[in-house]
Amino acid sequence: MDSVLLRALRHIGHRVIDGVWRLGYASRFFALVLLRSGPSFRRFPLTVREIYYAGVLSLIIILVSGLFVGMVLGLQGYDTLQRFGSEEAVGTLVALSLVRELGPVVAALLFASRAGSAMTAEIGLMKATEQITALDMMAIDPIARIVGPRFWAGVISMPLLAALFSAMGIFGGYLIAVVLLGVDAGAFWSQMQASVDLQEDVMNGVIKSIVFGVAVTAIALFEGYDAPPTAEGVSGATTRTVVTSSLAVLALDFVLTAFMFRGT
Amino acid sequence: MDRRVIDLWVGIFVVAGIAAFFVLALQVSNAGSFNTADSYRLIAEFNNIGGLRVQAPIKSAGVVVGRVDSIEFDNDKFVARVVMRLDKRIKLPKDTIASILTSGLLGEQYIGLDGGGDPVNLADGERLKQTQSAVVLEKLIGQFLYGKAAEGPAK
Repeated sequence: MDSVLLRALRHIGHRVIDGVWRLGYASRFFALVLLRSGPSFRRFPLTVREIYYAGVLSLIIILVSGLFVGMVLGLQGYDTLQRFGSEEAVGTLVALSLVRELGPVVAALLFASRAGSAMTAEIGLMKATEQITALDMMAIDPIARIVGPRFWAGVISMPLLAALFSAMGIFGGYLIAVVLLGVDAGAFWSQMQASVDLQEDVMNGVIKSIVFGVAVTAIALFEGYDAPPTAEGVSGATTRTVVTSSLAVLALDFVLTAFMFRGT
Repeated sequence: MDRRVIDLWVGIFVVAGIAAFFVLALQVSNAGSFNTADSYRLIAEFNNIGGLRVQAPIKSAGVVVGRVDSIEFDNDKFVARVVMRLDKRIKLPKDTIASILTSGLLGEQYIGLDGGGDPVNLADGERLKQTQSAVVLEKLIGQFLYGKAAEGPAK
């Protein structure tokens, strides 16, 4: 009986120490990626290739989701606002919620599951098939050659994807509100322009998406680099990438929102 | 895949992303509508500004002519000092009255400027002589109740 309790305690302690150890390793890995990111810019074609895989191939899902999110916002906003006879404010509602929150957050969540999981699986498999060890043997730094370009590709792609998501969503909202439901186009745009601020809203959205880009790519790359070199290990790492980076995005979003929009 | 094709697609992606950012900056936000370079400042002092905020619109005859630049408390006079930034093309006479109004029943508060008949126009940095404070709903209700009570009991 005593030993059961002891074993449970030991298990908990083991998990905690393991978690702290992994966090330390992840931070060291992150610092290493930043320190050795010189080649990502000196040999920019490497990064461009990764931008293609991370950014361009995510375009379809980002654009289609953005359009639908905007259209849903338009429908729901119109439904509620028309009760107060202020259906022109639907433009403000769509634009503010997209630019401030939904654009960066949903784009980052989609990016994590579309590009982040692919990065983890790719690097995990490279490790499992000992390609990373082989690079090391040839005196090529795998962090500079493999991880760095992917990291910067993610950081560059994320704000662009978020901006495209927001623009597409606003277009979707316009389609629903103006073209379908007959809100006045002039009022739609002018109310939007009157309430959306370039620095307060658009710039803060961009800052958010850059932070999310760093977080998602860093988590994806670390999970891949740290994955046990087995089929099971790689699949577990891929799952962990999506779960951890989604949670990180939502938690970071709360923190950033608390800093940025304190209700002046 | 061919390097050139990848480069082309990445180029398209980056251009589209930057274009989306410009759409957000110019079409969606108010950056293009009001330029701070072509403006001049006016100062108005209010006893009570209510819920007025920085960046609130300033309207004259319903037309947006500027925005609130800053709001601070004057320690000597115990009033709120509101600095307004107005479009250079807008000319207002010296006896303009500034009042804090509300758009609609529950809308945001803005400053309304009503021009008088003075032949001389206001210049940069000048202070408006006459202002009208925001209407505070609680005070209004208080006055109403006080007035009702003073009328005496209903017969």
